[in-house]
Amino acid sequence: MPTVSVKRDLLFKALGRTYTDEEFDELCFEFGLELDEITSEKEIISKEQGNVKAEGASNVILYKIDVPANRYDLLCLEGLVRGLQVFKERIKAPVYKRVMPNGEIQKLIVTEETAKVRPFAVAAVLRNIKFTKDRYDSFIELQEKLHQNICRKRALVAIGTHDLDSLSGPFTYTAKRPSDIKFKPLNKTKEYTACELMNIYKTDNHLKHYLHIIENKPLYPVIYDSNGVVLSMPPIINGNHSKITVNSRNIFIECTGTDFTKAKIVLDIIVTMFSEYCQNQFTVEAAEVVLPNGKSNTFPELAYRKEMVRADLINKKVGIRETPENLAKLLTRMYLKSEVIGDGNQIEVEIPPTRADIMHACDIVEDAAIAYGYNNIQMSLPKTYTIANQFPLNKLTELLRHDLAAAGFTEALTFALCSKEDIADKLGLDISATNAVHISNPKTAEFQVARTTLLPGLLKTIAANRKMPLPLKLFEISDIVIKDSSKDVGAKNCRHLCAVYYNKNPGFEIIHGLLDRIMQLLDVPLGKDKGGYVIKASEGPPFFPGRCAEIFARGQSIGKLGVLHPDVITRFELTMPCSSLEINIEPFL
Amino acid sequence: MADGPVAEQLLRRLEVADGGLDSAELATQLGVEHQAVVGAVKSLQALGEVIEAELRSTKRWELTTEGEEIAREGSHEARVFRSVPPEGLAQSELMHLPSGKVGFSKAMSNKWIRVDKSAANGPRVFRVVDKVEDEVQRRLHLVQGGQAEKLGEKERSELRKRKLLTEVTLKTYWVSKGSAFSTSISKQETELSPEMISSGSWRDRSFKPYNFLACGVLPDSGHLHPLLKVRSQFRQIFLEMGFTEMPTDNFIESSFWNFDALFQPQQHPARDQHDTFFLQDPAEALQLPMDYVHRVKRAHAQGGYGSQGYKYSWRLEEARKNVLRTHTTAASARALYRLAQKKPFMPVKYFSIDRVFRNETLDATHLAEFHQIEGVVADHGLTLGHLMGILREFFSKLGITQLRFKPTYNPYTEPSMEVFSYHQGLKKWVEVGNSGVFRPEMLLPMGLPENVSVIAWGLSLERPTMIKYGINNIRELVGHRVNLQMVYDSPLCRLDVEPRPQRT
Repeated sequence: MPTVSVKRDLLFKALGRTYTDEEFDELCFEFGLELDEITSEKEIISKEQGNVKAEGASNVILYKIDVPANRYDLLCLEGLVRGLQVFKERIKAPVYKRVMPNGEIQKLIVTEETAKVRPFAVAAVLRNIKFTKDRYDSFIELQEKLHQNICRKRALVAIGTHDLDSLSGPFTYTAKRPSDIKFKPLNKTKEYTACELMNIYKTDNHLKHYLHIIENKPLYPVIYDSNGVVLSMPPIINGNHSKITVNSRNIFIECTGTDFTKAKIVLDIIVTMFSEYCQNQFTVEAAEVVLPNGKSNTFPELAYRKEMVRADLINKKVGIRETPENLAKLLTRMYLKSEVIGDGNQIEVEIPPTRADIMHACDIVEDAAIAYGYNNIQMSLPKTYTIANQFPLNKLTELLRHDLAAAGFTEALTFALCSKEDIADKLGLDISATNAVHISNPKTAEFQVARTTLLPGLLKTIAANRKMPLPLKLFEISDIVIKDSSKDVGAKNCRHLCAVYYNKNPGFEIIHGLLDRIMQLLDVPLGKDKGGYVIKASEGPPFFPGRCAEIFARGQSIGKLGVLHPDVITRFELTMPCSSLEINIEPFL
Repeated sequence: MADGPVAEQLLRRLEVADGGLDSAELATQLGVEHQAVVGAVKSLQALGEVIEAELRSTKRWELTTEGEEIAREGSHEARVFRSVPPEGLAQSELMHLPSGKVGFSKAMSNKWIRVDKSAANGPRVFRVVDKVEDEVQRRLHLVQGGQAEKLGEKERSELRKRKLLTEVTLKTYWVSKGSAFSTSISKQETELSPEMISSGSWRDRSFKPYNFLACGVLPDSGHLHPLLKVRSQFRQIFLEMGFTEMPTDNFIESSFWNFDALFQPQQHPARDQHDTFFLQDPAEALQLPMDYVHRVKRAHAQGGYGSQGYKYSWRLEEARKNVLRTHTTAASARALYRLAQKKPFMPVKYFSIDRVFRNETLDATHLAEFHQIEGVVADHGLTLGHLMGILREFFSKLGITQLRFKPTYNPYTEPSMEVFSYHQGLKKWVEVGNSGVFRPEMLLPMGLPENVSVIAWGLSLERPTMIKYGINNIRELVGHRVNLQMVYDSPLCRLDVEPRPQRT
């Protein structure tokens, strides 16, 4: 969930009133926002870097507000204020208009080289804008928020904003070999080739995260003006030449990316938010994007879409009984201008370009419910009559674990993920013999594989509890995972029961006795006949030679029991003899 | 039966004593070791209120071994004097006597003897006086008789310097009558025995009282893990509410079921390597229900089912990628898909509680794996009011009655609501769960009828357990670093009963 930080006093000034922190928190809650933190620049710096660094920093109170991840229109002060003012019916939602320029339209010509690296581009112009320091900061901050969220850290879309008066169109969006791109990047005093820049930015804490997007491409995307001035090398850096300042009056905005839909949304959001400060409020000057095939499109789209929703559908989905007129009013408060039409039960809802999150009628239903107030909805119980059933494997597990505790063993709960070493080397097995599933992106060795046996987890539990009085008697009934090509995903869980006895003597008879008790509980008789159980001398790497037996029940091998090999005991950092038992309980379902 | 002769005599003397007795004095009077009196005092104390005994420590002078020898045989100088006959003794001979060396110089300085160095056959010792008073022996006799206080401080310290006296601390009891004083006490039995029962002798005996302040002996027993005790209670609640348990025994899931089927777009941040564990082997799902896959693809890429869709190019390779499931909702999706294949549609209530996995940064409250609790209801005409109503019932079974609901965003539910409850301890509203109505873009491609709604909610098992058992670090609860003592000591899980106040 993105967090937007706004100056409290600026916010209250824009809202036309002040709130106590509690009142504002309440308003946020109602609207689906969360007032996450009340702080100041000084407090933030002092928390992160200490009091000394914070000296002289601003004491202006900041509200940090959590915004739902799909509400890109609330990612800046301008959008938040507009959303809340409309919600509180203090203003009507503005209508955003795309206008044609007085002179020639700005053109962005896309060449076919971009197709393989970053094929999509859109553009627009904010004409006669008036920035102040706060507005300018908000403009920059919004781009950053969009980059981090909908733009997926610039991978899907990257935004470039330029002082149009320093450039001369038409612009060309192309892709070139990195060595052929040379320009003075933002906030640098000399020119570098793209190759040099990629090297320099490897140590830049901010930009290094974006390099991977184009690093290994043969051609890098780049935008030029008609004089060969570089506007930007998306998605990494803009040129210094067209840098915007508080005094810039005309802004050229380009968005390039790999997701056309999102590029259009991002452009719409930026221009709708900041056209508020244009001489002709809420108007945006169109720009033309010429495609390699000669076709051209005009942006921003600023599309208004109409949806029809039946009033009774909203009432039925929410569980309220409001008139269509009231529902239309509720929706209008959510920035969705609505009116009742047709038979009086139809509501026509206008989806503005700021609300790309409205994809379906259910999104409209939600907005009606929010405006109605979730906490005003009458609660009731569904009439759904059902008979409950337990999942048989879990039912058996529940029964068994209670009786294992009654048998004097204590339940452990260990991780399903572990290192290869835990399930192989430490048990004297080769990893290839375990049939384990392997994780491709573990951050540490603790998450290399899913366990194929419960034993290592129990031994690690004992190792972490060596100070406890002996004997230690532990058990766990849980799932292990093994590869299985008969399953759709190529792997399956298997419910295992494992128990260990750790004491000054190996206690094989105790673990053996536990097996006898488990079989008694499962109503499995001793002996080969009638699906009974037997144990037969066996060998296995984790066990001490001659102290291991395989367990057969219901006509199949279900596991092993025995005294652990001293090497295994040592590898798990244990010092006492230990016997163990591990069986698959699924045959007893 | 009397408790030994010492205890008996102690009681008899105490009966006539004025106020009380000193154990050491009594020992002297009775001519027994002090330790024997102490033993009697202790055994009488164990009977209850028969006597009262107050521990006192007194300092006393005692003779050293050498001091005792001198008290018996006389001082070295006196012994030297006595061994000198009237005719005198050769000094060399005197020096060979046991007390010779020490006694000679002392007897000389006392002027009891003299040496004639001019005598024939070497120096000879003669008596100077006829009779001597052995003052040292007399003083030691006083100390031996318990009258050390009759000696002056200077005299005592001189004897101590000669290592004849030593000061010892003596622990004694001042014994007085207790509230249940009696001289005719009999020894109490500690336990009832089979013989007493069969012979009936228990009728004539008195029994030693129990100390009810002491702890009992804990039974040898096994213990259930606290998190799983809480899991059992949540299962119980769902079963009481008529919910059927979904199979969740598949930690490995394809991205298709984990994300795509839930209408979670392929560029969603949750599908990032930083958040989700992907598999190297088996890297891809072998089979997917292709008809359904195509419907899902269309919903994402083009929309339909009344939706605009996400409008991006949906890739099958991405959907095939295997992951460790990031939520049990993947299992819910499978269950709902199976439900959709059954005609006619039958309403269901489902639940699950099982492990999920996130490739997240770990801290005191986050692990890479945790348990998710999920409830799902599918029926015709379910409303947001129904969702809130069922949440109210569910949470009231957990003892949580003050609820409120906040709009939120989840990729696969719309409307979505976070559930908050008022925390008395923290004095604020805290999030206790997340919920919503599954999106039509998720349900319709499965083949569920259009007028069927599915409401669902979820929460983690660890958080309520940590609150319930007052655990601050999740590693003490889950995984091999668990504190087994905590497992041994954890009480029953009774979710609807207030936990005892936390120790701070």
